[in-house]
Amino acid sequence: MINLVTAETAKYGSPTLNIAIFAIFVAVTLGIVIKVAAGKKTAGEYYTAGGAFSGKQNGIAIAGDYLSAASFLGIAGAIALQGYDGFLYSIGFLVAWLVALLLVAELMRNTGRFTMADVLSYRLRQRPVRIAVSCSVLAVSFFYLLAQMAGAGGLVSLLLGVSGEAAQNLVIAVVGVVMVLYVLIGGMKGTTWVQIIKAILLIFAAFIMSVWVLAKYGFNISSLFQGAVDTTAASANAKTAANAEHLLTPGLKYGLNMTTKIDFISLSLALVLGTAGLPHVLQRFYTVPTSKQARKSVEWAIWLIGGFYLLTLTIGFGAGALVGPDKIAAAPGKANAAAPLLAYELGGSVLLGVVAGIAFATILAVVAGLTITSSATFAHDLYKEVFKKGKTTQEAEVRVARIAALAIGAVAIFGGMFAKSQNIAFLVALAFAVAASANLPTILYSLFWKRFNTRGALWSIYGGLLSSIILIFFSPVVSGKPADPKTGLSASMITDPSIDFHWFPLDNPGLISIPLAFFLGWLGSVTSKEFDAGKYAEMEVRSLTGHGVAEALEH
Amino acid sequence: MSVNPTTTSEAYQAVQASEEFQTLRKKFRSFVFPTTAFFLAWYFLYVLLSIFAPKFMGTKVFGNITIGLIFGLGQFVTTFVITFIYARWANRQFDPLADAIGRRLDGGTEH
Repeated sequence: MINLVTAETAKYGSPTLNIAIFAIFVAVTLGIVIKVAAGKKTAGEYYTAGGAFSGKQNGIAIAGDYLSAASFLGIAGAIALQGYDGFLYSIGFLVAWLVALLLVAELMRNTGRFTMADVLSYRLRQRPVRIAVSCSVLAVSFFYLLAQMAGAGGLVSLLLGVSGEAAQNLVIAVVGVVMVLYVLIGGMKGTTWVQIIKAILLIFAAFIMSVWVLAKYGFNISSLFQGAVDTTAASANAKTAANAEHLLTPGLKYGLNMTTKIDFISLSLALVLGTAGLPHVLQRFYTVPTSKQARKSVEWAIWLIGGFYLLTLTIGFGAGALVGPDKIAAAPGKANAAAPLLAYELGGSVLLGVVAGIAFATILAVVAGLTITSSATFAHDLYKEVFKKGKTTQEAEVRVARIAALAIGAVAIFGGMFAKSQNIAFLVALAFAVAASANLPTILYSLFWKRFNTRGALWSIYGGLLSSIILIFFSPVVSGKPADPKTGLSASMITDPSIDFHWFPLDNPGLISIPLAFFLGWLGSVTSKEFDAGKYAEMEVRSLTGHGVAEALEH
Repeated sequence: MSVNPTTTSEAYQAVQASEEFQTLRKKFRSFVFPTTAFFLAWYFLYVLLSIFAPKFMGTKVFGNITIGLIFGLGQFVTTFVITFIYARWANRQFDPLADAIGRRLDGGTEH
């Protein structure tokens, strides 16, 4: 079995070429990072590049941040294997951006400087709120980080032709070290440039692949779908073959029974409300000078992300048609291998090498963004505002941020080694669920509800954070999924089928934890009398008019 | 370092209570809240139909193009259209009002 897998792996592309392309990307981007951003930095430069990017640049960088390995490789694979249901999944990721555009981006830009906690603690009691927000920011970023690092480990076996434990760990360590270099040398400015370059490469490669696939089917999308159905119907696996015509109709993944159906509603809710609560996405709004540029950023991000998911639709069905479910299922990395295998099918080793390089770059760039956000939370919220009560120098703050970045790099590397066999999509869904439960209710309340106060914020943040994590812990993703008849292993995180402590039926906690967090925010607020009319007026006037943003930038 | 006198909280409260600001606030909310309600409802309609009416969504309209696919592409279209309309509205209708109020708070002094 092991030999078969290795033989299968070795057939795809040239590991040397893949490594070479990745190394070139790292060398070029590191060169750029050093050129644009080396040297000593103020806190503003380190966290937010001094707010000096344009809306268009930031929009491209947001797309780079958002089109992570999970959404590029994961969605293409889901469409290749589950057709319509994979497509359905991608739509939630896009529609979510309207929440950011209409309700969050501009108002956050106008009221905050460096971190999410700046906005949430604006008119509330600083210390308790900053501590609570820091907990949820770090939790969300940690799960997202693990997902990316797990993705790196999974990709290696496919792209470098190695499947050994040690080799995967080595690659995770390399990704971690390079990422820390970007962050330490370049700060937010360097990281943003890496995101921009990566986003352009990724979208360009996806565009070439889509056009190539469509050209093979006479630019007729209906024939492409037929191709995927035909290839799937010819599968050696009878069960897969029987599903062929269901590729074009809903239900292959989420329509099995009532539990999977409700689970999908729960996932959809988390996706659509989670995006605008992801700390590393919110942090990006501070890299532009004004709310108008923040608006422009989101406009650009929506065009690029939407366009990219449309390309993913053809890439996914293209992989289903030209590579086929059997090869995808046999490849190391399974569904995540669909897009790279399609690249190999179309353009041989060279295109595979390019896609592989971009996939690694994607992980690198996203992890760097997460690290900046988390280190800003440590240095700005916990060290400066909570621990030093605002009395510290810029130098000390930036030094703490850099030390935090190093520590987060270490956590990412070891966490990634531990999590590399975990399902990436699950980890990402977890991050979205926690973001939608612990962050978004407080963001919306503090921007839009006059009566909101500290108790409401604390109940909502801690309630959302704990309920989502506890529900996941007792859900089938952690234990108790039925054992696979072939391997005897459970599909849960704990693969031993005899260990089963789940009592929550859904994989996704959002359906319970998001409404609960909104409810707790309301309940906490109405049971507390705290209200600061002056601060409320200041926050509301600033959030809508942008007054005071220019002054804040001059510091 | 900024040498601007910091705007006092009384000044902010005065602006907040002013008619212009209340109009601005109302204008903003009466655009974004209904739009948000619309796109969330439209998105969940699509999700619920996909989940609970797979036969209907799987109906082929022409070739292999199903109703569900058209609905799904419709989600892309509405997202793009809302983005476009909002940006136009904000640039033309909202910004001039918001900027005017912001300038008045500065007491007309540019910096």
